[in-house]
Amino acid sequence: MLRAYWWKILCVVLMMYVCTYGFYVEVPRLDDRMQQTIRNFFFHVPMWFGMMILLLVSLVYAIKYLGNPTAKNDFYASAYAATGTMFGFLGITTGALWANYQWGQPWSGDPKQNGAAIALLIYLAYFVLRGSMNDDEKRARISAVYNIFAFFMLFPTLWILPRLTQSLHPGGQGSAGNPGINGKDLDWRMRLVFYPAVIGWTLLGVWITTLKIRLQILIEKHS
Amino acid sequence: MNTMKKILTAIVFSLLNFYANAQTSVGAQPVTTDLMRSNGKILVVVAVIVIIMIGFFGYLIKVDKKLTKLEKEGIK
Repeated sequence: MLRAYWWKILCVVLMMYVCTYGFYVEVPRLDDRMQQTIRNFFFHVPMWFGMMILLLVSLVYAIKYLGNPTAKNDFYASAYAATGTMFGFLGITTGALWANYQWGQPWSGDPKQNGAAIALLIYLAYFVLRGSMNDDEKRARISAVYNIFAFFMLFPTLWILPRLTQSLHPGGQGSAGNPGINGKDLDWRMRLVFYPAVIGWTLLGVWITTLKIRLQILIEKHS
Repeated sequence: MNTMKKILTAIVFSLLNFYANAQTSVGAQPVTTDLMRSNGKILVVVAVIVIIMIGFFGYLIKVDKKLTKLEKEGIK
């Protein structure tokens, strides 16, 4: 996976498809406020999908580290967590920009916005924790344990709590209570771009992460 | 290096397909004659994004190659 390149080509092809056809595909006219901004669905939403996948991979390596404490597993876990968190920040920033034009203000205290902010702060603490320790083994072990905690905090903050109250996110009105867009409701033409977008953005995240890991391994070898 | 160049060229040429498609639809509308000014100038946005993506991917590939080289030869 580190040096194979077929998936990098796939990533470039998918991203170029999303960044061209994503603007060209016919989208449903939902209301006067939404207009063309529904195309953000190809860019804002995959940030969150990508973040979940990258952080899940980070969790897997954190668990692997606890079973088999090698420096490699720690590099993988921290690099995937870093890229995942970056995706989250891009998601929350693009969300605020979109919200400014759709909901009237960048931050309206929407339960999903608040939950995402808390989740990202928990992941920021992961990097603070890592930075506070000089002993490699201790840092790797404690951060692996914290990583597991941080990942499972994503469930209440992103998946459960926002569903208990009304949300401005699609599907969050009335009794529906689901702030994520319902897969069944997505227009089929948009699906043709949305799913490739999720794969493309995630692969881009993996690519950046592998570069980070390879650099870390090189530094380790050299020191 | 050569394989990556070939791949990039293949991608760029496959993208020309979109322009070819756009060309036919423009032909159906007699009002706009300029491709880039059709469809509310959305193609201008597409072009900007494509340039950014090509730039980013080029950069990413360059860093990737540099790392591969260092891994093979080692840091001197």
